[in-house]
Amino acid sequence: MSLTRAERTIIVSMWSKISTQTDAIGTETLERLFSCYPQAKTYFPHFDLHTGSAQLRAHGSKVVAAVGDAVKSIDNVASALSKLSELHAYVLRVDPVNFKFLSHCLLVTLASHFPADFTADAHAAWDKFLSIVSSVLTEKYR
Amino acid sequence: MLTAEEKSSVTALFGKVNVDVVGAEALGRLLVVYPWTQRFFEHFGDLSTADAVMGNPQVKAHGKKVLESFSEGLKHLDDLKGAFAKLSELHCDKLHVDPENFRLLGNVLVVVLARRFGGEFTPELQASFQKVVTGVANALAHRYH
Repeated sequence: MSLTRAERTIIVSMWSKISTQTDAIGTETLERLFSCYPQAKTYFPHFDLHTGSAQLRAHGSKVVAAVGDAVKSIDNVASALSKLSELHAYVLRVDPVNFKFLSHCLLVTLASHFPADFTADAHAAWDKFLSIVSSVLTEKYR
Repeated sequence: MLTAEEKSSVTALFGKVNVDVVGAEALGRLLVVYPWTQRFFEHFGDLSTADAVMGNPQVKAHGKKVLESFSEGLKHLDDLKGAFAKLSELHCDKLHVDPENFRLLGNVLVVVLARRFGGEFTPELQASFQKVVTGVANALAHRYH
């Protein structure tokens, strides 16, 4: 599965808007993840996950920044996320189902913040892109 | 499954939903984002581009039907399996729809609600809706054999 040129254009152009709100988007995405899929909290026993938590904001920022790295190297996501891919495979070992949950929550957050930009085509492009990112992050699992 | 508070917040938000418009958007987006779902709708005519899908009158009509049914289901949150029993049999025996499609549609509906309600669609409200769409999807799969 790879992105068409049109899909890449959509993602890169939306990213320029998203990148002005990475903290808010990141925090909200994680809040949605932990509200809707409380089992995801099992990976963060060492975190304060309450609304407003500094750790939540910092981690949300980190996650969105990584998505940004993938956008900036949209022609070669595997190379941009290679270190993160190893981290997830050998250290974090987050069950792959959670990438679907996180991707869905990011889509919901984008839809809620950018209703006009989040057309059906944009929805498709982002769903596909996040699915590629998830694949890259799990490709070294076994 | 849902607390009284969750039921009331879900019902309150859904009360503001234009079932025609949201149904059409949800079904349309399902067909665009997950194009393999078009396999059930080859008789719907032009589904070749996102614009074609979103503007297709049969997609709109069917989307409305689907969401009307979902709406009805919201009145029976305590017995979704009972409420969707007949539809479950229909989707298995006549329509031959893989229940995975109900999960996909449920999540697309959640994205559509987020797009239309913005900040009002809080993480807590989303969590309640996720329980509802999961409940409906499970109810629709319940009579499969």
